[in-house]
Amino acid sequence: MKKPETRRKEILDAAGIQRSLGRLALEIFERQAGNRDFALIGIQKRGVPLAKRIAKKLKEMEKLDVKVGALDINLYRDDFSTVGTAPVLRGTSVPFSVEDKTIILVDDVLFTGRTIRAALDAIVDLGRPRKVELAVFVDRGHRELPIQADYVGLSLNTRRDDNVELMLEETDQKEALILESGEKK
Amino acid sequence: MKIGKHLIGIRGLSKADITHILDTAEKMKEISDRPIKKVPALRGKLIVNLFFENSTRTRSSFEIAEKRLSADSLNFSASTSAVQKGETLLDTVLNIERMQPDAYVMRHASPGSCKFISNYVKGSVINAGDGAHEHPTQALLDAMTIREKKGGFEGLDILICGDITHSRVVRSNIHLLKTMGANVTVAGPATMIPPHIDKMGVKVETNFDRALKGKDVVMMLRIQLERQTKNLFPSMKEYYLTYGLTEERFKLAAKDAIVMHPGPINRGVEISSEMADCRESVILDQVENGVSVRMAVLYLLMGGGEDEASN
Repeated sequence: MKKPETRRKEILDAAGIQRSLGRLALEIFERQAGNRDFALIGIQKRGVPLAKRIAKKLKEMEKLDVKVGALDINLYRDDFSTVGTAPVLRGTSVPFSVEDKTIILVDDVLFTGRTIRAALDAIVDLGRPRKVELAVFVDRGHRELPIQADYVGLSLNTRRDDNVELMLEETDQKEALILESGEKK
Repeated sequence: MKIGKHLIGIRGLSKADITHILDTAEKMKEISDRPIKKVPALRGKLIVNLFFENSTRTRSSFEIAEKRLSADSLNFSASTSAVQKGETLLDTVLNIERMQPDAYVMRHASPGSCKFISNYVKGSVINAGDGAHEHPTQALLDAMTIREKKGGFEGLDILICGDITHSRVVRSNIHLLKTMGANVTVAGPATMIPPHIDKMGVKVETNFDRALKGKDVVMMLRIQLERQTKNLFPSMKEYYLTYGLTEERFKLAAKDAIVMHPGPINRGVEISSEMADCRESVILDQVENGVSVRMAVLYLLMGGGEDEASN
């Protein structure tokens, strides 16, 4: 079968990604003013380098030391029994207690909200945070669950069958935010 | 990446398959250190543990792995079942099959029994030991332990010593270690070394001291006490003197060598008490890794879904 034609459009380049991330970090800093007990947990896989970069920016701009963890949500997915291949595990590593902390979940693209639903389940298995917030690089809409982000780097109008891809140096050896739109049916 | 529907043996798995299982097992390990040692991955799946032969550690290890992944498990052991009343293996399985299990973990005395059963069931079959044929999850947990301690397999010199003929652990281990690029030597009394084992690509040695020289990994096998009646060796004492791993002998191995044993150990038969408890002994690490490896296998065989999360 012929693959339907798609159009790829670069929404942000490396510099644009840097700027959006800077804004995101600043917003987190302002909202967490006075609260020294917060930590970032990136969702595998691209949320992890994003969380690390935000922590680095907070260190550079505001001299803040923020702990960073990584969360693999594949064992918590709601589509696990669908026929196919078991997702590759990248591992959970949260080398600090989440108990009574404000945890800011970090992910690349917020879409249906199902990943975040799984992440919330995964987090509470590690302990009982005082509060959980969500920071995403792109919010592309089309939620299927009552979930929303507290910090958004960029809001993007998309169609349901579009594909939004954030490519990062750490995971993709390239920096770009790509919008791939399918041909109109 | 799919490693297949069943895990009947190591034979047939590629280097990439084995690496994928070990990588997944490594990621599973962290779950056992959590305050809540459970993830919902296999929620609502029924796994039947079919043990036609006695087993404590393998069955417990599988059971723990199933519980950590939130599967429901049913334990079936031959001693308390209709097998005692004359039911055949296939009839037993066909009966259970109607209760809609998603996987079977099976141990049976007959080589090939797991393969046979896999032709009749809808779910996955995982071999937990079929006669002297294979015991794939044991080889995988051994491999996980070796990789953890040695960083890899390429060029490692590995010795397996004991009753090579009756050991399913040996066959699975040879397949795995050769596939991963290690050099394998088997040692033991000539009465316990099967003919043509060299065809599997291993070196054969009946002199234990010579076999030990320079080895990076020394894997001792349990001498099955019940086999002594077959006159394969004169006495336990003599076996210990000729093939028992002692501190003195262990000096012949490579400087940073490790000691392994699939358990249960017979202190003073194949291994001295000092060697079983020494710093170089990773016997209990093997037990710990067993749970992670079995979680990985269950997850990979029974798991579904897309590779990438849909945000």
